[in-house]
Amino acid sequence: MPDPLMRADAETRSRSLREPAIAGSRTLAACWLGRIAYPDALRRQEDLVRQRGGARIGDQLLLLEHPHVITLGSAARTEHVLLERSERELLGVELFDTGRGGDVTYHGPGQLVGYPILDLKPDRCDLHAYIRGLEEVLIRTAATFAIRAERRAGFTGAWVGNDKLAAIGVRVSSGWITSHGFALNVSTDLRYFETIVPCGIAGRGVTSIARLTGAAPALAAVADVVARHFRDVFAYHSHG
Amino acid sequence: MARIEVPMPQMGESIAEGTVSKWLKAVGDDVARDEPLLEISTDKVDAEIPAPSAGTLAQIVVAEGQTVEVGTVVAWIETEKGAVAQPPASDAAVAAPAAVRAEASPPPPAPAAAGAAAPVTAEERLRQKSTPLVRRIAAEHEVDIGAVAGTGHAGRVTKQDILSFLERREQAVEPVPAPPRPAPAAAPVPVGIDDFWATFYGQVRHPEFAVRAGDRVEPMDRIRRLTADHMVRAKRVAPHVHSFIEVDFTRVDRVRAASRARWDQQGVKVSYTAFVAWAVARLLREFPMVNATVSGESLVFRADVNVGIAVDLNPGLIVPVVRNADELNLLGIARRIGDLAQRARDRKLKPEEIQGATFSITNPGVLGTLVGMPIIPEGTAAILGTGAIEKRTVVVEADGGDAIAIRKRSFFSLGYDHRIVDGADAARFLARLKELIERFPEDA
Repeated sequence: MPDPLMRADAETRSRSLREPAIAGSRTLAACWLGRIAYPDALRRQEDLVRQRGGARIGDQLLLLEHPHVITLGSAARTEHVLLERSERELLGVELFDTGRGGDVTYHGPGQLVGYPILDLKPDRCDLHAYIRGLEEVLIRTAATFAIRAERRAGFTGAWVGNDKLAAIGVRVSSGWITSHGFALNVSTDLRYFETIVPCGIAGRGVTSIARLTGAAPALAAVADVVARHFRDVFAYHSHG
Repeated sequence: MARIEVPMPQMGESIAEGTVSKWLKAVGDDVARDEPLLEISTDKVDAEIPAPSAGTLAQIVVAEGQTVEVGTVVAWIETEKGAVAQPPASDAAVAAPAAVRAEASPPPPAPAAAGAAAPVTAEERLRQKSTPLVRRIAAEHEVDIGAVAGTGHAGRVTKQDILSFLERREQAVEPVPAPPRPAPAAAPVPVGIDDFWATFYGQVRHPEFAVRAGDRVEPMDRIRRLTADHMVRAKRVAPHVHSFIEVDFTRVDRVRAASRARWDQQGVKVSYTAFVAWAVARLLREFPMVNATVSGESLVFRADVNVGIAVDLNPGLIVPVVRNADELNLLGIARRIGDLAQRARDRKLKPEEIQGATFSITNPGVLGTLVGMPIIPEGTAAILGTGAIEKRTVVVEADGGDAIAIRKRSFFSLGYDHRIVDGADAARFLARLKELIERFPEDA
């Protein structure tokens, strides 16, 4: 029979781990940046990661869209890009080698891209929990537009049936500062996805809010919704 | 002198393993405490791992691309400067991958450490990705692949490209005017964006029809669109003929019953389709015109026997391919089909696993259909449809007289491209198939 006092102490300690004092008092600066070229956004992220690491700024959520771009991760198999150069030029699709892992991704107009630059220290150092959190934000955002999105075991992202509504791919620096993030198809021209084999998965489709609901909300408005759910899910002070 | 281990860190409660994606330091480099040392990737996450202590990177244990469990030592750091010491004897087994890597790594200039490699643009990366054959030809003739105009997939340099390049280079030496280079087989470059999409989808135009009140209009998704275009092209180009035969499965049933316990022990389910695929794979060697295709003005007889097996995704259809099926025994084919079908339903097939079929099998019978008339996939000469296998009353000869018996039977249909397969070829193929299945060998 353990000492009841010791047990109480242990319970207090485990609770304090689960509910750290700083949750709820955290602040987040979320901003909608409009359309930004992929390399520019990448530099901006790198800059913010440095600043966040030096605690010169607080947590940030960049919300933006990219012009047409196909990005290659370090594990990208080039046969997963189905366009020839002349075809890419015709369509105005840039090709960009990223520093991230993973395979081939497409970004473009009508897709809401979110880059959270967060310091996960000291109490959020769990990448699975972070990704499940991002999925939750995307699922709640979809629900705001009357779409029932869900998780799929083994396939990160937000799914509607066999179609991916939102993709996730994150990076964390040695100091637990996050970058990259998620891409939610709002009114994306989905044909562009067919020019790649997304993340090496053949036989799965993509979808968008516009395809599922027949209406194409403005990206800035969806960005507002995402920011709101992001604050709720990640327990930020509501006026952060 | 102290050696500090660098373990694969626990990046999350449910993360059990990680893959080393990139070493940011090379053996012998000095590292500061908390300085990024390597990058790892887990499920959709890249993470930079800091050095746990200042010192010199003494040994890399886990090479780039390897996946190890959380807690596994991935490197050693020497906390004082000095010669890189041998790892303790007890680490010999763990150290093996690093040693293998050192031997396997190419000579300079190609150090394993990141950052030293020449910057390569995404564009160049695509172009440099040529097949080993093309790279070998380039190396033999001291050709820089980057200097060759690629007409292949994504601008890649194909074998034809490099051969034409060499041909032109030789001709350039001699004062003979080079003949005009034949136009690449690729589709002409479209002029506008709308034209592009028409070309991208294979120039199949699906006629439109009036929508009535209450109808639901849904754009075709990728798989449906590709399937639709493919079916139209396949049916439009190849003159289809179908022949039928009835096959008795009594013998197959006997073989199945006799071996079931052994197969169960090995954890393999051997379906009727596996029996049929086994028999077909053997026969295709006897009938080269069935394992072939019409290409332009030529007939291409395939060297490999790759059998596509149609899998119902409900909704959707996908045809994963059992490669070199003629080299597998019955159990091997069954195992391969089971694996491909499962991963097809899980949507985990790799693109190359649905390409390269030289013959296909579809099984409408699994849902009770008596017989089907399947469309021949593009780039092949024939497809076999297997109908429902069911008990039928048949007339058999017994004791010198006719008798009515109950037998398990199925109708097979062979759809074939009449440009390359003649009716008699198809008849012979079906007769041999019937014979092989009805006298199915016990040691298949």
